[in-house]
Amino acid sequence: MTSLTINGKAVELEVDPRTTLLDALREHLKLTGSKKGCDHGQCGACTVLLDGERVNSCLVLFAGCDGQDVTTIEGLKDGDELGAMQRAFVSHDAFQCGYCTPGQICSAVATLKEVERGDASAVTADDGDIHLTRLEVQERMSGNICRCGAYNNIVDAVMETGGAALQTEAAE
Amino acid sequence: MKPIEYIRPDSADAALDAIRAENAKFIGGGTNLLDLMKLEVETPDALVDVHRLDMGGFSDTDGNGLRIGAEVTNTTLANNSRVRKDYRVLSEALLSGATVQLRNRATTGGNFLQRTRCYYFMDTTRPCNKREPGSGCAALNGPSRIHAILGTSAHCIATHPSDMAVAMAALDAKIHTRKADGASRTVAATELHRLPGDTPQIDTVLEDGELIEAVTLPAPLGGTHLYRKVRDRSSYAFALVSAAIVLRIADGKIETTRLALGGVAHKPWRAEKAEARLAGQAPTEENFQAAAEAELADARAEGSHAFKIELAKRTIVAALREAADRENAA
Repeated sequence: MTSLTINGKAVELEVDPRTTLLDALREHLKLTGSKKGCDHGQCGACTVLLDGERVNSCLVLFAGCDGQDVTTIEGLKDGDELGAMQRAFVSHDAFQCGYCTPGQICSAVATLKEVERGDASAVTADDGDIHLTRLEVQERMSGNICRCGAYNNIVDAVMETGGAALQTEAAE
Repeated sequence: MKPIEYIRPDSADAALDAIRAENAKFIGGGTNLLDLMKLEVETPDALVDVHRLDMGGFSDTDGNGLRIGAEVTNTTLANNSRVRKDYRVLSEALLSGATVQLRNRATTGGNFLQRTRCYYFMDTTRPCNKREPGSGCAALNGPSRIHAILGTSAHCIATHPSDMAVAMAALDAKIHTRKADGASRTVAATELHRLPGDTPQIDTVLEDGELIEAVTLPAPLGGTHLYRKVRDRSSYAFALVSAAIVLRIADGKIETTRLALGGVAHKPWRAEKAEARLAGQAPTEENFQAAAEAELADARAEGSHAFKIELAKRTIVAALREAADRENAA
C-alpha cells in the first residue's frame, strides 16, 4: 500500500510495483490532466511536482512516492479560477493542440521557483540574482517539447508570470 | 506478465541483504533503469530502492575535499555552493546534461551507472553484444553518430553517455562502495568504467550487488574550470564530443592541465597524453593542437561517426583556448 498526498488530498492505493506515477494518476486515480507523450522522459508532457520539484512522472515508480506530496495540473488552480500561469498561457496563446500544456505549465511554475531560489542553468554566467531572460527560460524549459511549436508564446507566458519585461529576440 | 518485487530498505546493510535476491537491481532516480525496463532491455525480478538509505548528503573531508552522498540528486550537486565555487567544471557538466525534470530525480551514484544510449543497445530487435553477448554489433554495420572513436573493440563501439562522470574523471574523484559481503572499497572515477574488449556487456569494475555509497573530490585545484559540450541541439542532447578542463597558468607556462573527454569512448576518457604534452608549455595554439593530435593519434572510426575524430581535436583546441583566455584574464 502506498500512502501519499495528491493535490492536497490523502490517497492510499496498492498497484503493481512497476506502475509509474503517471499511470497511477491517469489510470487508477482518474487525474487525466497529466499526459502520456513519449513515456520515456523525453517530451515532458507528464511533468508533475513531487515534493514541490518537477519530475517526469512516467519515470517515477508510484510505490516509491510513499509519504510524498504530488501536485498535478489539477492542483494548480487558484480556488475555482485558473492559476496565474494558466491564465498567462491563455492570454499569450501559448498552445495550439494543448496536449503538452499541462506539462508545460507544471514545468513553468517550477521554473519560476527555481529561478527565485537561485538555481543555476547551463546558460547562467554568474551566480547571484538570475535574470529571467528568454535564453534562461528556453534552456530551463527544454525538457518540454511542443510539437505545434508554440515556444515563443510559452516563453512570453513564463516571463510575464515571472514579472520579467517581455523582450524581443533582437533586443537581447 | 512476470511478477516483480519492490523493496525499500532503510539501511545500507538491509539493502546489501536485499540485493542478493535473484536478478535484483538497485534503483535510484530510475530515469535510466525504468526507461530500459519499458524497452525490455533491463528485465529485473526485484528492485531495491536506495532512497531511504542515509548516505550522507554533503560534508567536507579532512583534506579540504568534498564528500557527496550517492543519493544526492544531480540538481542538488550542480547547485551546491562548494561545487559552484571549487569544482565548477562538475556543476557545468551536470547542468549541460538532461533536463531539470531528469536532474531532479537522477542521483550521483546512478549517473555513473547509467547505460549507453547506443540506439542498437536500446532496440531489442537488433543484435548487440552489450545487451546479448555474442549476438553481434549492429552499430558496426549501421548508421552511427554517438559512437566511440577511442578504446573501441571489434565487439562494441558504444559510448558512456554521462557528462557528470567526465568532470569527475578530470577532478580525480574517488568512488566509495560496499560490496555485497559488506566490505568497503574505493575506486578512482577514471577506473570505474572499463573498455569493451570482448566483454562489452560489463560496463564497470563493480561486482554484482556492489553499492555506491559516496563520491569524494580531492582538495580544490584552483585555476579555470570549463565544460564544453558539442551536440546536435543546444539543450537536452547527449554529447557528440565534450571536454572537461581545469587549467592553471603561471608565469606564461601551463602549470596544471586536467582534461577528460566525453562521447568518445566506452568510459569517460582522461586525456593523459594531451595533459603530458601540455605540462610546462606555453599556452599557444600550436601546443594545443599538438596536444589534441597526441590524444587522438590512436583514434579509429569506420562509418558515419568518423567525423568525430576531427571534431574531438577541434573541441580540445577550442576548449583549451577558451580556458587559457579566461585564465590569462583572471
